[in-house]
Amino acid sequence: MTERAAPPSSPLLDVCDVGKHFGGVYALNGATLAVEAGEVHALIGPNGAGKTTLIHTLSGALRADAGRIRFAGQEVGGRAMHERAALGLARSYQITNVFARLSVLDNVTLAVQARTRDWGTSFRFWRPFARDTAIVEEARALLERVGLGALAGRRAGNLSHGEQRCLEVALALGTRPRLLLLDEPMAGMGPEESARMVELVERLARQVTLLLVEHDMDAVFRLADRISVLVGGRVIASGLPDEIRADAEVRRAYLGDEA
Amino acid sequence: MTQLILEQALNGLQFGLMLFLLAAGLTLVFGIMDMINLAHGSLYMVGAYLAAAAAQASGSFLVGVGAAVAGTALLGVALEVSLLRRLYARDHLAQVLATFALILLANEGVRMLWGAQPVLLNAPDALAGPVEIGGFFYPSYRLLIIVVGLAVAALLYWVVARTRVGMWVRAGASNREMTEALGVDVRRLFTVVFACGAGLCALAGALLGPLLAVQVGMGESILILAFVVIVIGGIGSMRGALVGSLLVGLVDTLGRAVLPSLLREFASPEVASTLGPALASILIYVLMAAILFWRPEGLFPARA
Amino acid sequence: MGLYVSSTRRRALAVAALVGLCALPWLAQAAGQGFYVSFASRVLIFALAASSLNLVLGFGGMVSFGHAAFFGAGAYCAALLAGAGVAAAPLVWLAAFGAAGLLALLIGALSLRTRGVYFIMITLAFAQMAYYLVVSLPGWGGDDGLPLSGRAPLFGIDLKDDTAFYYAVLALLAASLFAFDRLAHARFGRVIQGIRENETRMEALGYPVFAYKLSCFALAGAFAGLAGALLASQSGLASPSLLHWMQSGTLLVMVILGGVGSLYGGVLGAVLLLVAEEVLVEITPHWQIGLGLALLAVVLWAPQGVAGLFARRRGDD
Repeated sequence: MTERAAPPSSPLLDVCDVGKHFGGVYALNGATLAVEAGEVHALIGPNGAGKTTLIHTLSGALRADAGRIRFAGQEVGGRAMHERAALGLARSYQITNVFARLSVLDNVTLAVQARTRDWGTSFRFWRPFARDTAIVEEARALLERVGLGALAGRRAGNLSHGEQRCLEVALALGTRPRLLLLDEPMAGMGPEESARMVELVERLARQVTLLLVEHDMDAVFRLADRISVLVGGRVIASGLPDEIRADAEVRRAYLGDEA
Repeated sequence: MTQLILEQALNGLQFGLMLFLLAAGLTLVFGIMDMINLAHGSLYMVGAYLAAAAAQASGSFLVGVGAAVAGTALLGVALEVSLLRRLYARDHLAQVLATFALILLANEGVRMLWGAQPVLLNAPDALAGPVEIGGFFYPSYRLLIIVVGLAVAALLYWVVARTRVGMWVRAGASNREMTEALGVDVRRLFTVVFACGAGLCALAGALLGPLLAVQVGMGESILILAFVVIVIGGIGSMRGALVGSLLVGLVDTLGRAVLPSLLREFASPEVASTLGPALASILIYVLMAAILFWRPEGLFPARA
Repeated sequence: MGLYVSSTRRRALAVAALVGLCALPWLAQAAGQGFYVSFASRVLIFALAASSLNLVLGFGGMVSFGHAAFFGAGAYCAALLAGAGVAAAPLVWLAAFGAAGLLALLIGALSLRTRGVYFIMITLAFAQMAYYLVVSLPGWGGDDGLPLSGRAPLFGIDLKDDTAFYYAVLALLAASLFAFDRLAHARFGRVIQGIRENETRMEALGYPVFAYKLSCFALAGAFAGLAGALLASQSGLASPSLLHWMQSGTLLVMVILGGVGSLYGGVLGAVLLLVAEEVLVEITPHWQIGLGLALLAVVLWAPQGVAGLFARRRGDD
């Protein structure tokens, strides 16, 4: 990779005072967050706290109204979604968002092919894709990694919910991101599927920095190196899992909701 | 010059109101059912022909208009129940293909019944002369069209804004699933809406019949204008349809009247006489493209 | 719809069709129906225009209702060049290809900001603009259109001969379809099909979606322009009716009829529609009734187009 090395002290993702409102309603109100390279950073918060809005704002699906977002030492707040993705900022979707009518393998090859820094541009009008065997091989390897190797030929829309969640992750991984925004990977999963997803995320954590939004607290405290708590559009606490567990404000604002 | 502009402005208003009669039905069909109906202009044509035939048979223009509205509304119900219903769930392409086929059927059907030549529809004799408004003369028949157009627009506005049915229609246009979940029979509502839309088309066709030629193909040119109107106004929005209609009517009519002489002020006569008509004829499309460029969902988006 | 893969069976069918088409002038002469050579050229030209629309519509997923603008632009380009004394067919074709492509680039750059129904309508509006401009520009023949004095020769081959012209059209159509086939299987083709399937996801994967859509739109416009130039040469006239919205509609109907997103859908649709017209005209003066009913039948009972009726059912699992 040919990234410009950021100073060692600066975090991989630096979110500062980000605001986003819809009409008069503030979904984000000065959210500040730092994700260090290599960590699994969990983002928790009650329903309506603005977690998904934050993910949208980070990935570029929405533009922030205020604040700045730095990724790998570059300001990305004004960049389009595809530019951020090309820089290595990938995301998965909370509501499964795969290519339902394409085969599982085609889904992943499209993701791998997107990596122009390794494969060059896709503005190729003549040369058959079939000759790009390396892309297909990598896609197959990726499917093995997420446990979908045997289903490569299936139509993605025909997979079970849990399998589609795994494919969702595989798509995001195909771009070889430096930071992966995982938006509720366990959403709608049964206990068995969840356990498998936790294992998958644990394995992922060794290769890529993760910002994980999740409701399943067992999973969060098992996986996360650090946790940030988003309430009412701002981050009220950020720290090690034990610190968060002990934080009085968090208990009041957040855990109080569940009790 | 002022006289000319005033007269053309009235003509534009008159044309805009007639466009609104078409656009009102079209925008609701589009907004509620997400259905592209290319055959909307054919209903307008059928209405004009029915009016001509009934007026000739009865000797009364009024009977002609009434028969046209009723007959076309019935045709609309028949079409909706037999065919269009099956298309709501399909994609836009299927709708384009099916309603394109309806245009062919309508054109050929009319040609078989009434022949290829334009038919005559005369305005009532009592309205043949001009009337004096504030010092200048304006054809009384055109004035009648303006009055009827304003009345229908007001009535429609009242129905949509103030009545229970109107509330359902507005709800259906902004969120169909939710409306159904709340217990409104959207299917039947839509048959009614479609019938009213067809009746309004026929009213426009009958009223414009004496001014324009009643002939095969008259529906296609006005259909595109109606589409321009609803896209400018925002699909599914009644208010948008009204504003869009008046905007298109005025811009088109005034543009044709004023633009060539306006250009002469800035450019040489040759350039003006060359560019003037060309610019005037594309003015509304420029307007539409500009509006979509800055407001991709039209002036009054119906969906949140 | 999955990503496009042309089966060996379909390729074999295409080659067989090509051989049959090569023999067509000879068969027509033998049957004493020389007129049909000219008709066949016309059908093939529309096949090219419809196939180019299928590129944006079927592969790119963009429902363009203004494709006639590019078709007509090519025709007028050919007529203007003929009037200026350009007497080399390849030059005319290239110019029409380029001019229509540029026009499509411009219209696409503005239209592709909108989505769905609004995109359909804005492309329609731009095509109407082009129509009215062409009709009202002085020296462009108004409603009557621009006549062409003759057909420019192709490297010394006289294309005024209908058979020679037919072969030129056939060669261009075959070459274009070959190019579309390559395109569909190349990286670019996969990307535009991915965009058709799920635009947001493609954007999130890092593809500059707008640039791909615009390229596809412009390329399709260019091929439509080539078809327009051929049609002007064939009929000896660049008519404004080529830019009329009914023409855009007809091209759409051809694609839907033949099969959206199937490589030969445009060809199949053009052949079906024009041959049906030709046959129905012989039977009844009210042939549009028959055509209308046939189209309705296709919508209701063959939703994948006629090509879909022949396609083998592909099991997934």
